[in-house]
Amino acid sequence: MNDSIRSQFPILHQHVNGKPLIYFDNAATSQKPLAVINAIEDYYKQYNSNIHRGAHHLAQMATEKYEDARKTVAQHINASEREINFVRGTTEAVNLVATSYGRKFIKAGDEIIVSEMEHHSNIVPWQMLCEEKGATLRVIPITDSGEIIFEEYLKLLSEKTKIVSIAYISNALGSIHPVKEIIRAAHEVGAVVFIDGAQALPHKKVDVKDLDCDFLGFSGHKVFAGTGIGILYGKEELLEKMNPYMGGGEMIKSVSFAGTTYNDLPYKFEAGTPHIEGGISLGAALNYINEIGLENISAYEDELLAYGTEKFLEVEGLRIVGTAKNKASVISFLVNDIHPYDLGVLLNEQGIAIRTGHHCCQPLMDRLKMEGTCRASFAFYNTKEEIDATANALKRAVKILS
Amino acid sequence: MQKSVGDIENEIVEEFELFDDQMDKYEYIIDIGKKLPALDAKYMTDDFLVKGCQSKVWLHAYEKDGQLFFEADSNTAITKGIIALLVRVLSGQSAKEIISSPLSFIDKINLRAHLSSQRSNGLSSMIVKMKAYASAFS
Ligand SMILES: Cc1ncc(COP(=O)(O)O)c(C=O)c1O
Repeated sequence: MNDSIRSQFPILHQHVNGKPLIYFDNAATSQKPLAVINAIEDYYKQYNSNIHRGAHHLAQMATEKYEDARKTVAQHINASEREINFVRGTTEAVNLVATSYGRKFIKAGDEIIVSEMEHHSNIVPWQMLCEEKGATLRVIPITDSGEIIFEEYLKLLSEKTKIVSIAYISNALGSIHPVKEIIRAAHEVGAVVFIDGAQALPHKKVDVKDLDCDFLGFSGHKVFAGTGIGILYGKEELLEKMNPYMGGGEMIKSVSFAGTTYNDLPYKFEAGTPHIEGGISLGAALNYINEIGLENISAYEDELLAYGTEKFLEVEGLRIVGTAKNKASVISFLVNDIHPYDLGVLLNEQGIAIRTGHHCCQPLMDRLKMEGTCRASFAFYNTKEEIDATANALKRAVKILS
Repeated sequence: MQKSVGDIENEIVEEFELFDDQMDKYEYIIDIGKKLPALDAKYMTDDFLVKGCQSKVWLHAYEKDGQLFFEADSNTAITKGIIALLVRVLSGQSAKEIISSPLSFIDKINLRAHLSSQRSNGLSSMIVKMKAYASAFS
């Protein structure tokens, strides 16, 4: 890992407030390698064109590259191309399932289960659905260390449970949930499972057949691709049963005022001109991380997590929020009673980008009885030297604030 | 004798000239905040919150012998330092002086340059609120 990898990320080589940039906000969004930047540039310079329509050369080329990207995504998560729907991101993936699956199959009295540590985007669409249908949202409680309580989850499951929706990895704390076991238990009562893969795809191999999840959503921008593109995977037989999410061009076979027939999968859920270069950038990003190897990435990030945990704990008064046994490279922390925002500003002043606040997880913050945390999240282009520099910067900030 | 707004502003500008390093400026601002007298808990309610600030800022004003006095607090150290600077300049002045002061020291010490746009809006909200108190008492 390193110099050669860092050279692929032009944005990392700059100074912020006179100090070399240290980018530790990867859970919010990741930086882009040249392979991705070039793919977007090539699209606009060489073959920008609308897809699936024109017979001309550029349209064919754009269609081919876009569909190649779909193929790459399908292979990456071990699905078929018909099961890969391009969407805007994780948020849209959840909303699509809540709307197209939920509206059709959820009835009054049904139950939907989420966990106490979900991102708002994996809570609010389900709340809206429950409100509309008279269904009930049930919540899996967590421990103080940030792990879901599996026995409590089993108790929540019943024949009323129709959907279980849970993150693979928590964005706020980094906890990795036992999703395979969660899915198996849900299937035993006949529920379908949506996995929020937003934080998992950047760090781990995700195999939808092995997990046996029914739906998986993730965001391109968090896996080193452009913004505004993401994926909804769904099992083919489920996608077939669902109604379209939006109407328009692309998603139809034929339109007349007597009636319209919908297109086949995966186009049924892709109304309108899609985010073509976004899709292409996602294919490029997945090819890029597969070249490095997700096993290598995971192993290196585990090293960064262990090193970062040790170094950060050397800062007097620092406590780590979220100490699950199984964790991704995310460190949420607080120092004494210092407001996270003050630490964020003083780290920024030293060139370091972290996230402060509730991380779109207000119910989790309520549960932990805090307003927010500071969060450093590492990617494979980060280094131990950056962790050292951050620990020192933290010590300086804490001294000023104490 | 109460110093004029202009004199206090000049003092602050001179104090800031001692620092080249932005971290030192922050340290100075935070220290000013630490010295701000505690605000009575009865004023730390939503009624006294300055709206438009990302961090919480509570501001209370009272009049005595034709002068307006400010007391404030914040839940974050940097914002508390910023409101403390404003209190130092404006507390004890006449309503007329508060309303008419352009507060040019803010640009002279380059305070906004390092504030996020939300914080900069917050700073503007604090000033608006202080001037509104002055209008109400004038
Ligand atoms: C766990 C998790 N779920 C969902 C989302 C929402 O992703 P997006 O904003 O890309 O739709 C995020 C992003 O912050 C996340 O971390």
